[in-house]
Amino acid sequence: MPKNPSIKKVLVIGSGPIVIGQAAEFDYAGTQACRSLKEEGVEVVLLNSNPATIMTDKDIADKVYIEPLTVEVVEQLILKERPDSVLPTLGGQAGLNLAMELEDRGFLKENGVRLIGTTSETIKKAEDRLEFKSTMEKIGEPVAPSLVVENVEDGAAFANKIGYPVVLRPAYTLGGSGGGIAHNHQELEEILENGLRLSRVGQVLVERCIAGWKEIEYEVMRDGNGNVITVCNMENIDPVGVHTGDSIVVAPSQTLGDKEYQMLRTSALNIISELKITGGCNVQFALHPTSFEYCVIEVNPRVSRSSALASKATGYPIAKVAAKIALGYTLDEIKNAITGKTYASFEPMLDYCVVKIPRLPFDKFISAKRTLTTQMKATGEVMSICDNFEGALMKAIRSLEQHVDCLLSYDFSHLDEDELRKQLNVVDDRRIWVIAEALRRGFSYEEIHAITQIDVWFIDKLAILVEMEQALKTQELTVELLKEAKRIEFPDNVIARLTGKTEEEIKSMRCENGIVAAYKMVDTCAAEFAAETPYYYSVFGSENEAVETHDRKKVLVLGSGPIRIGQGIEFDFCSVHCTWAFSKEGYETIIINNNPETVSTDFDIADKLYFEPLTPEDVESVVNIEKPDGAVVQFGGQTAIKLTEALMKMGVPILGTSAENVDAAEDRELFDEILAKCQIPRPAGHTVFTAEEAKKAANELGYPVLVRPSYVLGGQGMQIAISDEDIDEFIGIINRIAQEHPILVDKYLVGKEIEVDAVCDGTDILIPGIMEHIERAGIHSGDSISIYPAQSISQKAKDTIVDYTKKLAQSLHVIGLINIQFIVCGDDVYVIEVNPRSSRTVPYISKVTGIPIVPLATKVILGHTLKEMGYPTGLAPQADYIAIKMPVFSFEKIRGADISLGPEMKSTGECLGIAKTFNEALYKAFLGAGIQLPKHKNMIITVRDEDKEEIVDVARRFEALGYRIFATRSTAKALQAAGVHAVRTNKVEQPSPNLLDLILGHEIDLVIDTPSQGIEHSRDGFLIRRTAIETGVNVLTAMDTARALVTSLENTDIKKLTLIDIATVKNL
Amino acid sequence: MKAFLILEDGTVFTGTSIGKAKEIISEIVFNTSMTGYLEVLTDPSYAGQAVVMTYPLIGNYGICHEDMESGRPWPDGFIVRELSRVPSNFRSEDTIQHFLLEHDIPGICGIDTRALTKILREKGTMNGCITTDENYNIEEILPKLKAYTTGKVVEKVTCKEPYVLPGEGPKVALLDLGAKRNIVRSLNRRGCQVTVYPADTPAEKIIAAAPDGIMLSNGPGDPKECESIIREIKKLYDTNIPIFAICLGHQLMALATGADTHKMKYGHRGGNHPVKDLATGRVYISSQNHGYVVDTEKLDPKVAVPAFVNVNDGTNEGLSYTGKNIFTVQFHPEACPGPQDSGYLFDRFMHMMEVNH
Repeated sequence: MPKNPSIKKVLVIGSGPIVIGQAAEFDYAGTQACRSLKEEGVEVVLLNSNPATIMTDKDIADKVYIEPLTVEVVEQLILKERPDSVLPTLGGQAGLNLAMELEDRGFLKENGVRLIGTTSETIKKAEDRLEFKSTMEKIGEPVAPSLVVENVEDGAAFANKIGYPVVLRPAYTLGGSGGGIAHNHQELEEILENGLRLSRVGQVLVERCIAGWKEIEYEVMRDGNGNVITVCNMENIDPVGVHTGDSIVVAPSQTLGDKEYQMLRTSALNIISELKITGGCNVQFALHPTSFEYCVIEVNPRVSRSSALASKATGYPIAKVAAKIALGYTLDEIKNAITGKTYASFEPMLDYCVVKIPRLPFDKFISAKRTLTTQMKATGEVMSICDNFEGALMKAIRSLEQHVDCLLSYDFSHLDEDELRKQLNVVDDRRIWVIAEALRRGFSYEEIHAITQIDVWFIDKLAILVEMEQALKTQELTVELLKEAKRIEFPDNVIARLTGKTEEEIKSMRCENGIVAAYKMVDTCAAEFAAETPYYYSVFGSENEAVETHDRKKVLVLGSGPIRIGQGIEFDFCSVHCTWAFSKEGYETIIINNNPETVSTDFDIADKLYFEPLTPEDVESVVNIEKPDGAVVQFGGQTAIKLTEALMKMGVPILGTSAENVDAAEDRELFDEILAKCQIPRPAGHTVFTAEEAKKAANELGYPVLVRPSYVLGGQGMQIAISDEDIDEFIGIINRIAQEHPILVDKYLVGKEIEVDAVCDGTDILIPGIMEHIERAGIHSGDSISIYPAQSISQKAKDTIVDYTKKLAQSLHVIGLINIQFIVCGDDVYVIEVNPRSSRTVPYISKVTGIPIVPLATKVILGHTLKEMGYPTGLAPQADYIAIKMPVFSFEKIRGADISLGPEMKSTGECLGIAKTFNEALYKAFLGAGIQLPKHKNMIITVRDEDKEEIVDVARRFEALGYRIFATRSTAKALQAAGVHAVRTNKVEQPSPNLLDLILGHEIDLVIDTPSQGIEHSRDGFLIRRTAIETGVNVLTAMDTARALVTSLENTDIKKLTLIDIATVKNL
Repeated sequence: MKAFLILEDGTVFTGTSIGKAKEIISEIVFNTSMTGYLEVLTDPSYAGQAVVMTYPLIGNYGICHEDMESGRPWPDGFIVRELSRVPSNFRSEDTIQHFLLEHDIPGICGIDTRALTKILREKGTMNGCITTDENYNIEEILPKLKAYTTGKVVEKVTCKEPYVLPGEGPKVALLDLGAKRNIVRSLNRRGCQVTVYPADTPAEKIIAAAPDGIMLSNGPGDPKECESIIREIKKLYDTNIPIFAICLGHQLMALATGADTHKMKYGHRGGNHPVKDLATGRVYISSQNHGYVVDTEKLDPKVAVPAFVNVNDGTNEGLSYTGKNIFTVQFHPEACPGPQDSGYLFDRFMHMMEVNH
């Protein structure tokens, strides 16, 4: 029972779709908190629009609503479910903002619902710039001189007073959206204008630039009795100026003496006490590097990305404790779950070093600026633990899965000294590699520090790594040298490269000399107390603490690493459910993963957690200790799949679909054989290795063709080519990344794109549902709006799909999950892609059909059959609901990224619209994605020639809704010819007023801009799309999406949404 | 140069010598603070002991002399996982390596300090030897280790002559049992005039100076070894002068008034220990450094009642003396290193002196 007995039913608000700045960490925090609430017997009502989350599972909450996160929905939900309390501090900024709006409207008071976890006064004091400043002044905590402005003129005047550069921070935005550093009046105008518009309250803070100071964060907790503790402090290697989410972060702080450490700790505790926070809070400081002067940068009165990191870095479950505090418990009443002995009212002590590196999406957005600023750009992050800093950094680097494994991975050796010096001034994701090169050239620590402001202590650590590279290159590899290289975590393959030996030679030299990884515990207390549920990290040259257990059968579950575009939270959902399912079957479960934001790396998900990079060598070290009976790779996305071969070499049986069959699905020749055998058609295509071969193939097939590397994720490198020139360019891009696998050239078919996931037990299959994409083929499935059940294909086509799925699953000997994408043209069905593993759509389709796909697949892997488990085979009966998965993008965060959709995935997250009718589901889906129209009823249409015919109908419908349409010359002509009224507007390069002026005038709701295919991306189009995105205007780049949106808008008379409790969706 | 750490149970750790290359025998204790190694090294309470830092990266910010808690480092030896080769801090004046050398203190680095900590946790604090002699004879060393005791270390660390730190406010007599500088600073900062007395000062002398309050400081060793000091403290107890005692001072006051102390398995040394103020229910994170503790079971409530308790293990963390202006704590409100959360206790002492006046 909760400590406060009047809390019986709590509404927990999640954070919605994954976007940059608000990612998986809130699923982790929310899931932990919901479990913690349920543990206390509280009924949990959950609201989150993101279907890929674990928190939206009926195992986690009692009532689950996957509905748009709008004030209207929350109000309606409160009236329906009548919770007595709302817990708003777990859903990131999105959740907090919603709670504030409800409070401001007086709705909560009217309905007798209270906010728990924090009060609205607290939120205001922390979030409102003015109130925050005056609160800090009241308790004597310094903040940088600043002024909240509501217009550009005031901002400029203040900046002139305090001097440039100035930092601009919009109020109530996440991940620092719309913020930046302005060095002059022009930059100020640009950033400020944008920031004012993005802020929910139209306020932006202009403040003294403290760039270059040390950035230090404290995670603190407070309970209702006023007890306060610090969970962790963290130091950003990148000084102030780079968003903490984009910084390399180390925990605990390394360059602070006790005086500085305690000064900031005391300040953080004073702040949390003054704000009267009950729960967790994050305080960010800037500390002057050569004095005791400091400023409070920001306070987040809620769980955050940093609190997730702090939880994983220390073993202290912040969200769990925060939830208990919300129920009225005090810190000294809450047990420390890791030790089982001590209480939550203590401060974790680390006896290791933790490094976090952000996962930045520049591999997806080649045209984007790599520069790091106060606007966060990372989609995810990795964390690593070691007993020395160098080792932790090396492990984190190779956890990134970005073709980097040491400080030589980005080559700057071609730069001369001046160029290198210039490069050092560039603040981007490759900076530590640039510093490493500078060290190799003999730049002094002082010079590097003077340019980068990075503390000399860190520069020296990089130097130690560089010295080791040199030693390995130039000296004979003695046992002592090898020991030292392993102690600072040089992987075998890097040692092999540097010494000119083979990886096998290095490995055997290690084994002969007993240089093997040992595992230490994260136990919250630096070994002061024995631990009950610790987790492990590897070190070299120390005693092993991981005990080999053999009482139960053991399974190794491989996680999916950092969140990136194309491999998101959905694979964590699958890994976690698979782990739970194995556990229920009596297995001992072991997870290896390195992502601190996820549920899978929570200490109590698997029996054992190894916080390690997911490379063959790191996995093998765990395997050597644990000797698992088998490994599952089909739930951890491409990261886990890529480890299949290595696991087999280690002698670990792959549970489920065998490695050969995974290969058969990816290997074009083998796959073609299977298709031929099953008589399943696929778009004609060829496997090629060179540009010449590709052009030959393309001409034979006839343009347009799809060009892509095999073994890729999220359509990376996939392009539609319409000419030989395109082919030359694409192959060039593909070959830039080391290419061991062939390139595929396929005929591009125009048709309906269909997707299925199926469970196969070797004999029978179960397809929970057929999904149809709104956008036609050519747009990555992850970026398409997906509808369940498929609406527009014939029964015959459906039968064919079921038939093909069964044949393919059987031929590939799939045991577990398979995901297949088809193109349907009339009654003809073509297979375009087969993945014998879990997919992005598994969580969503599990939830809307009520079929627990991952547990089912896990049981199948363990030898149960579908029939034996009482499930029907073939296509499952349709559920009562229509569910639409809508992709969500983070384009506004990535300066310079092209937003036009194509075969390469670009979305960062998704939301769901579920309803009895298609129109309501679609409306909910758009609403969930943040598209709330109409506002001004003005829109711009500019489409390529191919779309001129189709656009007429869409435009007419928008016109009927009262929209005023602006169009460029040829589009306007086409519309006018068809009798649709359109205002002709000048193109970008033409004189004002032109399209850009219109967009910047802030009266445009929507831009429909379909870019021409191929490489001839018009500069105009790019500029229009970027400008629109950066000013917060919705932009659609596909005809089908535009049509869907207008359909949805035609149905906005749906005043009252029907809210559906997913937990009641019936199981078969 | 290689160095060895040999424990009483026969365990040997091989590492690299740091500081002075000489052999020492001492009691091995671990401290879990992540910052404040210089404050630890210069805390007189470590006299007679060799300290293991559980945090692996030590020396990162060098040596800032103004952070020293006494005139010199006191441990017999210093045991770390890794010493930073380039310290970095704007105040740094020296390296640990040089500092240890200068003060003739040996140490060892490069050993698995976590494994060592686990041994001390499981088997309890034990004695050990640090040596650079590769031909050490374990059979000869072990009996010496078993025989080692810290002995009467208070006399080693206390000041030789009384001295005064001026102030405009109340006059405080501080009995220096091995006092950390921040105790004096905490009083000075509040305006007190502090007279620091050597540990063996007769009570009469202190009483004769008519101080407004008396502070009994922290200090090293087994409290029961301090028989004569305990007798003097009993006399201080019998006066009406407000008394505030920290750590060893707290233990000695308990012993002086009929309570008992015992040695803990491995003590509390670090900056993260939660202590609960039993009067308010509030929990404070405290800085701690003690191997002995007051037995609450044998406490006579007519004399003293528990005022603070450790949330982790329930051991006593403070006493309030019945009918007296005396309160004592086991932890370190003066912090340095560690959290400053319980600094308010100095204010409580100030208030006590004011009311008594």
